[in-house]
Amino acid sequence: MKQEKNYNQYVKGFTHEKYKYGFTTDVDSDIIDRGLSEDVVRLISRKKEEPDWLLDFRLQAYRHWLTLKMPVWAHLRIPKIDYQAISYYANPLKKKNGPKSLDEVDPELIKTFNKLGIPLEEQMSLGGVAVDAVMDSVSVKTTFKESLMEKGIIFCSISEAVREHPDLVKKYLGSVVGYRDNFFAALNSAVFSDGSFVYIPKGVRCPMELSTYFRINAQNTGQFERTLIIADDDAYVSYLEGCTAPMRDENQLHAAIVEIIVHDRAEVKYSTVQNWYPGNAEGKGGVYNFVTKRGHCLGESSKLSWTQVETGSAITWKYPSCILSGDNSTAEFYSVALTNNYQQADTGTKMIHLGKNTHSTIVSKGISAGKSENSYRGLVRVSKNAVNARNYSQCDSLLLGDKCGAHTFPYMDIHNDTAVVEHEATTSKISEEQILYCNQRGIKTEDAVGLIVNGYAKDVLNKLPMEFAVEAQKLLSVSLEGSIG
Amino acid sequence: MLEIKDLHASINGKEILKGIDLIVKPGEAHAIMGPNGSGKSTLSSVLIGNPAFEVTKGSVTFYGKNLLDLSPEDRSHEGIFLSFQYPVEIPGVSMVNFMRAAVNEHRKYKGLPALTASEFLRLMREKREEVGLDSKLANRSVNSGFSGGEKKRNEIYQMAMLEPRLSILDETDSGLDIDALRIVGKGVSKLKRPDTSLIVITHYQRLLDYIKPDIVHVLYQGKIVKTAGPELALELEKKGYDWIKQEVGE
Repeated sequence: MKQEKNYNQYVKGFTHEKYKYGFTTDVDSDIIDRGLSEDVVRLISRKKEEPDWLLDFRLQAYRHWLTLKMPVWAHLRIPKIDYQAISYYANPLKKKNGPKSLDEVDPELIKTFNKLGIPLEEQMSLGGVAVDAVMDSVSVKTTFKESLMEKGIIFCSISEAVREHPDLVKKYLGSVVGYRDNFFAALNSAVFSDGSFVYIPKGVRCPMELSTYFRINAQNTGQFERTLIIADDDAYVSYLEGCTAPMRDENQLHAAIVEIIVHDRAEVKYSTVQNWYPGNAEGKGGVYNFVTKRGHCLGESSKLSWTQVETGSAITWKYPSCILSGDNSTAEFYSVALTNNYQQADTGTKMIHLGKNTHSTIVSKGISAGKSENSYRGLVRVSKNAVNARNYSQCDSLLLGDKCGAHTFPYMDIHNDTAVVEHEATTSKISEEQILYCNQRGIKTEDAVGLIVNGYAKDVLNKLPMEFAVEAQKLLSVSLEGSIG
Repeated sequence: MLEIKDLHASINGKEILKGIDLIVKPGEAHAIMGPNGSGKSTLSSVLIGNPAFEVTKGSVTFYGKNLLDLSPEDRSHEGIFLSFQYPVEIPGVSMVNFMRAAVNEHRKYKGLPALTASEFLRLMREKREEVGLDSKLANRSVNSGFSGGEKKRNEIYQMAMLEPRLSILDETDSGLDIDALRIVGKGVSKLKRPDTSLIVITHYQRLLDYIKPDIVHVLYQGKIVKTAGPELALELEKKGYDWIKQEVGE
């Protein structure tokens, strides 16, 4: 029943999306030619009817990007990417070269959908099959939006925010992740397609997880997503990004940016379940996920918490980070990163302590199976003025089989004598004895692996909103199928 | 009923079991004794389907089914339980989640619906009291940080939960102090029903004080070389194995 409801919500969202960009009169040019140039950047901006300041922002980013080289420091083997072979803008309404029916979708993907219990119609949309849905005109989105608006909460696409709330966007866009930050940040800033915008006004607690909404919204945000979340003084919001079924996606390169600003005594929880298509068992295909996520604990006693469950993508390059500049601010990073087959992940966090009495916690759980490579990379920096900074880091690795790799790269950069920084790390393996023990009690190998992995990851899964924790558990088990025995 | 005929098994190409014949009828308790390295633990490993061992010859049937064709988990579903000599630790997996998965898999095999959370917790509490397991142990991760005695008691507790038709206790008495031995011994004898069978692998008489065997076998060099009544265990306790070795002709 629940899933049926989700599906309905999705379809409603989907049908509503058609009007989101106002492109219904522009059907002739729904995909622009491949390649990246200043003209392309201008064209994107023009199609989105953006103000000049945003075009300037994009152009500056593009010009800076031209001076940059792709970073090579991560423990990843990234095939050469031809940035001129990518089309940087597609009308989200039109499915390009998508499968016509489920028969054309990778059968392995369908198997996974069935194991996760995803209803057929939702399978079609997740698999990339265009769904022609005729629905009543009342959109779930609109209903949500109304109840949020009553509290003064703004929750809309970033394109809409540019039109409706330009002052807020102008003030905060690029304030945490500048376009000069890194190669992919510059690229995103030049060509970002769309994403979400959230503003929680002073003293307001957002009454709902901003999650179901996004589950609908996520389908069409495209490959260069841009998210901006602002929590004003004493505000609170829990935001969930992701989808719990692996999504087929023809876009190989994803370079998103998420920026979060947390003011005095405000709190933001950001949870991600990332399971883009990881490629097949031979390592063919799959998404490259190069994301820059960063939050700024700007206000005193502000709090930011990242929770991520990463099971998808062929290559993941992602370090959700926190700048703790407000005195007494707190930041947390909880991560489960699972890699199987030929997947590669280089992920972790940066905790930059600037204010006094700032605290950060890092709990990272890597799981490697198959022939995958899984790295934790984390930086804890305590600046000269950050008196009484505290950090606790725990980085664990779990290995399945003997052909995978697990690596830990912790960096510490401490410039204040009062800092207390702790780091713990463990590496363990699922042993044949553990599997046999479970088998002897009647538990199948697959289920045994699921039990053990979920037990290992539970400190992180417990941080997810309840409903998603359950789905994330299932996802971990399904992602590891066939990795033992 | 368990019927083993001319069973040969090897590990890494080395033959350990060299022709075992054994019949265990419903309701019977058998003790298997023998010097170190005679193949006692190999026998239990082969019966539960440990993939490290290869059966090279012979047959094993369990209530008419060819046991050697079944996966380890299906052998469990059919009612074979092993109390491990060295129960493995599974950090992070709570006893509750572990046992619930196990019990519900057994029920599924029998075509029964899964227990609800409250039914299951009630069952856990009942069985825990039956075998005298500390409630704290039931809330911890499987065998994690348990003492040797706690691990063995936890095995007997799982046996109570799964109600097997044949339980194999592999040196369950090793590493137990006198009090723990009494708790385990009493627990096992309490669980023994008229239609269930036991195979007790042990070096000592002391566990057999609680679990009275009907038949005692001596396993030596991969074969059962002597079979007799319970008095044989007492005799071995007194005289050791040398006389057996001489009888076999060494």
